Amino acid sequence: MTQLTLAKALNTGLRRALADDDRVVLLGEDIGQLGGVFRVTDGLQQEFGRERVMDMPLAESGIIGMAIGLAYRGFRPVCEIQFDGFIYPAFDQIVAQVAKLHYRTRGAVRMPITIRVPFGGGIGAVEHHSESPEAYFAHTAGLRVVTCSTPQDAHTMLRQAIACDDPVLFFEPKRRYWTKGEVDESFEHAFDRARVVVEGADVTLVAYGPLVATAIDAAVAASDEGVSVEVIDLRSLSPLDLDTVEASVRKTGRLVITHEAAQFGGLGAELAASITDRCFVHLEAAPARVTGFDTPYPSARAEEHFLPDLDRILDGVDRALGRPSARDLLLTSGGAR
Amino acid sequence: MRATVPDDRLEAELPAPPDALVQLLDPEGRRRSDPLYDPYVADLTGDDLLALLDDLIVVRRIDVEATALQRQGQLGLWPPLLGQEAAQVGSARALRADDFVFSSYRENGVAYCRGVELPAIVEVWRGTAQAGWNPYDVNMATPQIVIGAQTLHAVGYAVGCRHDGVDTATITYFGDGATTQGDVNEAMVFAASFGAPVVFFCQNNHWAISEPVGLQAQRPIAERAPGFGIPSMRVDGNDVLAVLAATRRALERAHRGDGPSFIEAVTYRMGPHTTSDDPTRYVDPLEREAWSAKDPIQRLEAHLREAGILTDETSARIAAHADAIAAEFRAGCLALPNPAPLSVFDHVYAEPHRGLERQRAEQQAYLRSIGELEEAAE
Repeated sequence: MTQLTLAKALNTGLRRALADDDRVVLLGEDIGQLGGVFRVTDGLQQEFGRERVMDMPLAESGIIGMAIGLAYRGFRPVCEIQFDGFIYPAFDQIVAQVAKLHYRTRGAVRMPITIRVPFGGGIGAVEHHSESPEAYFAHTAGLRVVTCSTPQDAHTMLRQAIACDDPVLFFEPKRRYWTKGEVDESFEHAFDRARVVVEGADVTLVAYGPLVATAIDAAVAASDEGVSVEVIDLRSLSPLDLDTVEASVRKTGRLVITHEAAQFGGLGAELAASITDRCFVHLEAAPARVTGFDTPYPSARAEEHFLPDLDRILDGVDRALGRPSARDLLLTSGGAR
Repeated sequence: MRATVPDDRLEAELPAPPDALVQLLDPEGRRRSDPLYDPYVADLTGDDLLALLDDLIVVRRIDVEATALQRQGQLGLWPPLLGQEAAQVGSARALRADDFVFSSYRENGVAYCRGVELPAIVEVWRGTAQAGWNPYDVNMATPQIVIGAQTLHAVGYAVGCRHDGVDTATITYFGDGATTQGDVNEAMVFAASFGAPVVFFCQNNHWAISEPVGLQAQRPIAERAPGFGIPSMRVDGNDVLAVLAATRRALERAHRGDGPSFIEAVTYRMGPHTTSDDPTRYVDPLEREAWSAKDPIQRLEAHLREAGILTDETSARIAAHADAIAAEFRAGCLALPNPAPLSVFDHVYAEPHRGLERQRAEQQAYLRSIGELEEAAE
């Protein structure tokens, strides 16, 4: 066991994948000599050569499209999209090609492509560098969508994503790149299983990616008030591990979901609907969502007003518990609903 | 005074567009000698030339049969290639078996030459599947419908071949409209940067549905490639020998490991974009008539008759072969089974996906509940 940052844990995961399977190739902008703008690929081109770790011309659609051709040829490409907001030029190649080729060819052509995407806000960045586009991809049949929240999961899940015969969108919580944690390279878990991070009895709080740490903080704060919060890290957004969430909600009867992405049509909506469908009679209150707003991601000095934080999550917990919450003010003041 | 001053208008910097077109058979079927391209077809025997004629006639016959099948309600849609037979047959017959093709949806003639089973060509258009064949069986990807997307796949495949240390070449087909797409331009940058062994084969058929090529390009399309660092050729796309020679030349470069090439095959879409299109709304009948005088089959027939290679007897034999293929094609098409109800869930993922498995189980239960699921048809 070693202490690694999340970024370094991804780096060691990539190194292991490159060493274990010579069909693994890395494609991205600035991933070679520079080692990536977040240094996730640091040293890999030096170690594995320019054919295995390829600096790509600046075109995201081109990167994914070329990865498709490599996958046709039997390679396992791992693509880096430099920032979340730059994935859109590749949207067609991802949703119309990568996602559909296995289906289109009745299983003849496999697309074991991993698309790494640093995502989410909280780093004071300019526009297009703080987005959470995961719902677009979770909505697309044929893709798997996962995200990690700890160095251990970053390492393990990235290797699992690369080994998976399906295409995987791998969302990396960029504001947690420098979080340190123990990493055991031999650790394994079910790739698409959620993790109960904190056990609790009163309310289930579901988070993923960058907000898992915030959710843990919220659980600690709630326990100071005598509320026992169970925190679940979803890990996989497609498929969703509804079994794990269902088991928790059957116990607590209350569900709060938090993510940075906008609320409308987001993962929270999907989870709320699915859990309501499965656990209707066990729910004591409507599921509560604590999310980014249905606005574009704001400028850096306004992002604290956009991102779900400890207090907003606790407010959501209060709402799920039927305790006084900000929502009551809205109702009593006769404001817009 | 004025005459002695150099023309200072910026457009004077543009060189005049070359009107040269590689042509080995003129529209009347006369063999034109070309010292650069003649060697690439010097090996062709009379039988080889007859085989090319057979291909052209069979491919057209399949196309006509498919249009008829659509008109009879047996196909949802069909994109005719009428007029483009030489561009497709000439290029496809230049390929080695291990070369790999990434095409658009109109390359049914290429698919035929690659050995795709007859009904498989039409499966997508009948609606029984999203793809008719296993790409690895014939080294041809199933046709791409999104305009230009396949060109990037070709570059990736070509780079993969080089990584693997094999001299396999990749060829990608697209139209004049596709040359406007970002993906095609990205593909050319990537191919040039990585020296990918890929041939960009553009069939300039003058139309992108109703939009004339002039809306996509102000200069000959072949001129774009050198700007990317890719050598290019502009050939008469209705001349099967010129197309074969140019493609062999490009493939030779790719097999040698010298990198990408670009071919603009100048041809004409004699029919509609698809069977749903009405070209009478936008095609000038005089322009179409002028192109019908450049027909790819007529000129090869004229050439072979003049050379004494094609006789009435051979001609009848080829026609009978085409009719037999068309009959086989029709029968195969009509025999294609409809997909089973639950097959919509098949192959979405290569590995189990618990969300989809649950949905499939629910749909299975639903179909059972309404008595619409035969156990055998699952």
